[in-house]
Amino acid sequence: MERDPAGSMFDTDELVINMGPQHPATHGVLRVVLKLDGEKVVDADVVIGYLHRGVEKLTESRDWTQIVLLTDRLDYVASAAANLAYVETVEKLMSIEVPRRARYLRTILAELQRLASHLVWLGSHAMDIGAITVFLYCLRERELILDLFEEFCGARLTYNSLRIGGLPQDIPSGWLPKVLRFCDVQDEKLVEYETLLTHNRIWLQRTRGIGVISGEAAVAVGLCGPTLRGSGVGRDVRKDEPYAAYAEIPFDVPVGASGDTYDRYLVRLEEMRQSTRILRQAVEGLPEGPVMAKVPRLIKPPAGETYHANESPKGEIGFFIASDGKSTSPYRLRVRPPSFCNLQALPQLVRGHLVADVIAIIGTIDIVLGEVDR
Amino acid sequence: MAENDQNPTGSGAPRPPAPAAPAKAAGAAKAEKAPPAPPGPPDPPPPADLAVPAFLEALQAALPGAVAQLSYFVGDWTVIAAPGRLHDLAAHLRDAEGARFDYCSDATAVDWLGRPGPRFDLVYSLYSTSLRHRVRLKARVDDGEASPSLAALWPAVNWLEREIFDMFGVRFEGHPDLRRILMPDEWQGHPQRKDYPLEGPGELIMERPQDWLRLGQSIRESEIE
Repeated sequence: MERDPAGSMFDTDELVINMGPQHPATHGVLRVVLKLDGEKVVDADVVIGYLHRGVEKLTESRDWTQIVLLTDRLDYVASAAANLAYVETVEKLMSIEVPRRARYLRTILAELQRLASHLVWLGSHAMDIGAITVFLYCLRERELILDLFEEFCGARLTYNSLRIGGLPQDIPSGWLPKVLRFCDVQDEKLVEYETLLTHNRIWLQRTRGIGVISGEAAVAVGLCGPTLRGSGVGRDVRKDEPYAAYAEIPFDVPVGASGDTYDRYLVRLEEMRQSTRILRQAVEGLPEGPVMAKVPRLIKPPAGETYHANESPKGEIGFFIASDGKSTSPYRLRVRPPSFCNLQALPQLVRGHLVADVIAIIGTIDIVLGEVDR
Repeated sequence: MAENDQNPTGSGAPRPPAPAAPAKAAGAAKAEKAPPAPPGPPDPPPPADLAVPAFLEALQAALPGAVAQLSYFVGDWTVIAAPGRLHDLAAHLRDAEGARFDYCSDATAVDWLGRPGPRFDLVYSLYSTSLRHRVRLKARVDDGEASPSLAALWPAVNWLEREIFDMFGVRFEGHPDLRRILMPDEWQGHPQRKDYPLEGPGELIMERPQDWLRLGQSIRESEIE
């Protein structure tokens, strides 16, 4: 218990409150135990695990091909990104060369997924702070992406869109022009979001200088993805360790300057622009050919271990797989969940801020509890 | 809590035999095949014509005897630490010129149950944001043995080691906040261990939830005392 140093008549006891696990702004079942001094956050403890389904344990009793389904359910607003990271890790383990057309199509799917995920992020982040219009706008554009996915693989949320060695099927005819048309719509609508938010005085006051983290501290605490790039660290797995077709497609990696919530917002908006740029180039450069490599019917990687990382919309998603070379399921499969690693920085981001800012900061680190808890 | 941690089914409670039996039978059948190949990662040595990266050679020169083995597989280098030298290796890899592994991507463990020697592999995936290269650091610990925590070197490791503790029951010395993270605090056992049944702790929790809760309650009380 701390007394007011001025010795006033008001005691300043610390108050402990639970935010969540049932709270709309915690984006799922996240519980944050806040220690408050008045309206100010003194400390925070993050309690997770409410959505733990034991995905890593389950993979040990599933076939290699069945695990793609489980990866859908990690980050359920960006399931294609987790699919891609998983199948690429198995391909690395088995040294499978994926056809060039499949790599391009994977890039297209991954970027569509990035846009869909960022749209959900922007909509919910803005709604948490009080701008409801943006949410409706964002879901309107996301609907177009879901339609594209539905046409490609029949599903709208958990796509199961990739196979080890390539894609389950080639794209339907007339799909690529629709992707291009969507890119035009998206670029046009992005201006609308910016008109609503970027110079909006309320938005600036709610996000500028909130949740500041330096680049050095961000690297040390293991932030990844746009949350790390907002602090000025130009780390992007697509550039640094290229996979799919990213090595052949030029794009820029935007970085922020001050590492606050506003910078992370700007970084993600610019990433959405870069995503449409990548999509256009990938559609234009899409080569002809098969979409599936020659893969044995029974997948049985050799004994060994590997780690492979991708840039999911949330950050570096990695799979560490140990295979014993004997069974048809992994001996151990570990997901490096970007949301989990980003969430770890929450206590140090919220310290010293007001309770209302905690909402903004949870929004800005863009978590999905399905991935945090696995 | 220490004794209970080692027991996947809870302290002294009647263990439901049904889920564990098939797993044991399968293990026994495997063991009968002579000679049984020891389970465990093969950790293949690097091919002779492959140049070892300079930072790994510098590491071996700077800390003689600390590297038990170097391994190379599908493009990944792995440094396997000699017993008790994990922290030295990690500190060197983080700070040395030419290594600069300032980012710890991932930390996890693998339970090689039945392997001769230590049971668990601790695996740290390191990355350098300035030099853009990767390496994996591996240490072996046995059941009940503690490993030095690397959370002071990379704060990112804090939650990752908590998860290893939660899922595998490996303790970390010097960890700032070693609590369970994904499972409830009163949970018995460590789910990612190979001898932990996939179905969970069995009928104990399904049929008599009060017993389960009382168990957790008594642990908390004993800790307070």
